[in-house]
Amino acid sequence: MSDAAPAVANKAGDIRQFLTFVLGDERYGVDILRVQELRCWEPVSRIPNVPSYEKGVVNLRGAIVPIIDLRERFQLGTGQVGPMTVVVVLQVNVGAAIKIMGVVVDAVSDVVDVEKNAIQSAPHFGTKVSTEFIAGLASVRNEMVMLLDVDRLLKLEGLEDADDGRTP
Amino acid sequence: MSQFHQVFFEESFEGLDVMESGLLSLDVGSADAESINTLFRAAHSIKGGSGTFGFTEVSDFTHVMETLLDEMRDGRRQVADGTVRALLESVDCLRDMLGRLKGAEPLDQARIAQTKAVLEAELAGAHSEDRNASNGLPATPEPIGADATDLPGSAWAIAFSPHRHLLKTGNDPVRMFRELAGLGDLKVAVDLRGVPNFFDLDPEECYLSWKLTLTGDVGRDDVAEVFDWVENDCDLAIYPLLKHDSAAVVAEQRQGEAEAVKTIQAAPFQIIPNSAEPTAHEDAKPAAKSAGSIRVDIAKIDHLINMVGELVITQSMLSLVGERFEAGKLDQLRNGLTQLERHTRELQESVMNIRMLPVSFVFSRFPRLVHDLSTKLGKKIELKLIGENTEVDKTVVELLADPLVHLVRNSLDHGIEMPQVRLAAGKPETGTVTLQAYHRGGNIVIEVKDDGQGLDGAKLRAKAVEKGLIGADAALSERQLYDLIFLPGFSTADKLTDISGRGVGMDVVRRNIQALGGNIEIASELGKGSTFAIYLPLTLAILDGQSVAVGDEIYILPLGAIVESLNISEDRVNRVAGKGETFHLRSQYLPIIRLHRIFQVPGAKATKLTDGLLVVVESHGVRCGLFVDDLLGQQQVVIKSLEANYRRIDGVSGATILGDGSVALILDIPGLVALANQ
Repeated sequence: MSDAAPAVANKAGDIRQFLTFVLGDERYGVDILRVQELRCWEPVSRIPNVPSYEKGVVNLRGAIVPIIDLRERFQLGTGQVGPMTVVVVLQVNVGAAIKIMGVVVDAVSDVVDVEKNAIQSAPHFGTKVSTEFIAGLASVRNEMVMLLDVDRLLKLEGLEDADDGRTP
Repeated sequence: MSQFHQVFFEESFEGLDVMESGLLSLDVGSADAESINTLFRAAHSIKGGSGTFGFTEVSDFTHVMETLLDEMRDGRRQVADGTVRALLESVDCLRDMLGRLKGAEPLDQARIAQTKAVLEAELAGAHSEDRNASNGLPATPEPIGADATDLPGSAWAIAFSPHRHLLKTGNDPVRMFRELAGLGDLKVAVDLRGVPNFFDLDPEECYLSWKLTLTGDVGRDDVAEVFDWVENDCDLAIYPLLKHDSAAVVAEQRQGEAEAVKTIQAAPFQIIPNSAEPTAHEDAKPAAKSAGSIRVDIAKIDHLINMVGELVITQSMLSLVGERFEAGKLDQLRNGLTQLERHTRELQESVMNIRMLPVSFVFSRFPRLVHDLSTKLGKKIELKLIGENTEVDKTVVELLADPLVHLVRNSLDHGIEMPQVRLAAGKPETGTVTLQAYHRGGNIVIEVKDDGQGLDGAKLRAKAVEKGLIGADAALSERQLYDLIFLPGFSTADKLTDISGRGVGMDVVRRNIQALGGNIEIASELGKGSTFAIYLPLTLAILDGQSVAVGDEIYILPLGAIVESLNISEDRVNRVAGKGETFHLRSQYLPIIRLHRIFQVPGAKATKLTDGLLVVVESHGVRCGLFVDDLLGQQQVVIKSLEANYRRIDGVSGATILGDGSVALILDIPGLVALANQ
């Protein structure tokens, strides 16, 4: 954690906390307020005829929650499930409703404080790399962390138009 | 405050429903006092509530209705057709107003003004003639001689001693005084003698009483009206203060008042029935925004609480056994577990029961619909409602409304003939439409039955041929002919009316019903009438399922859809165009759907048709064979929505959680068929 953070943190409103995690060689972060819980990887029930990064659904205390493999989603290759593999359960705002989904990550690192004005906007790489779901970049201990826009992330899955998502 | 708003709206919508049904059942010319009272009370509570919450437009509007009803109640006004019509319109207008207020939308001022003008005209019109004409119905005792009524320039002395619980009834003396102050010059003297010392004080009780003097151009009725809503919750005396009155007269009168007030109190307080009465406010416009609360019978809740109590006892007993377990206690453990199982099951049933509402929630809107439509069509129609107390899941009830409205409209418009036609056909002049609900098996059946002209199979056929929907020589059974009306755009109506065209929208009706997992069947006899029967599952939350295995995966098939399961011999399988497979079963060729193929299940054990099982399923008239590895057990499954957190998946209607905590998908047979046909 950045040592300078407490000294700078004069106003609590200027600091946002992110849970960071690792996907392949890259570091990502999500707003800690969107993280509902962390779970071990457990077998999922496969859903037929969906993209392979939509791993399936699990039973989360009675709710059916989809599990999405972020590594596959970001085309970082298919990784093996290891002892550090974790499912981050996120709360996503879809319209007025809150949906719950789990994302599979290689490992979670720690919670970092990021100053709001230290967040850089996401760069555009043209159409080659989709960066729509990246809300910004931040530097944590000289390492770049990509901050994910959780709501966009789910929007990309086409989950938003759930009601008429049926293809003819 | 918003939670009070919610309750206010809910109660007001209920009140409107009460008014609507009350108005419809009023016998024009000779209405009984009790039904007018019910109407009045409903209007009054809406007025009171809207006043409290600052919806002045609503309270102003209701005030006019109330005045009209008040005159009817006092027998000063005959119950006339026009009045009832005007009041019905006002109910609609009020419903619209409340709906808009609830959704924080701007009010339809034009409509309000227009409806109010109609009401006021009604009020003014009969007012002068009927005012003193009849003293007909002594609906409420008038505590004071009519001679004092409406004396202008009079002064009133009011002794108002609320009963202690007054505040708990939601009434607020301050608001009432404010209202009085609006009528004239008000002087208030409070009597504090009833207030106990601090330690005995219950802040929710009302210990005060008041003596008020009101001077101004006020009628007695106006004063009494302010207290109308609390008349059973207080001791009230209103007597005129005339300048030349001697104190003795006043005192004497006061004596008389006290008697009169007592008689008012003797009348039991009527509670407007609400739990048993249907609320149909789902059709209020901004329903989508509603928080979706539910009113539950207290008995159901009590039962639930009892069950939970039992469960807690069982739990403590089990934990006792577990603390120091020895082999000898095995029986005790088993007993405990059996109890636990029973209680869990009962608890589940009771919880499901909470969602059950009587179908009267839907049926209640039809008297009005039939009343309005029959007038419009110039037909004489009687509506019969049977089995209104049959309970169905809330979701089913809500989604049922639209298809039913459509069917009833159809019956009225196309089913029932004009009176003279009916007479000519030797039928009674008045047609009958029956709405009936009953349970059959795991289904609820709702029938819309009319004794009208029935469906003309030959005509339907001709129409279908003309539209190129069927071949000229297609052999169709009677039922298949009737089913033609469910085809999109199919209509046999010679001329389209603004009410309906039989066929127009029937495809939507069927689709809505099928979306609920139900089905609709038609029976009809030419010249005698038709019956549309809707079959629906009792609840959308629990399903009798058959688990089937494909590879390592388990899927749930709705048990009701399964016709039979069988092993296949290769010689009965035919291939169509080299690809599609059909199975010859008793003179029928059924398409085979391989579940492992359309769901791309990895590691299916049975890839050869002879290795697995064919489950013959039927849903909405479509039969097919579903090829799976094996059948597992049958069980009741709780349906979970996939869409709550995820999205719709083709061929899957939902998911459930199996005993081991894993998720299994529930198969949607029409969806599978569609998927296989792609």
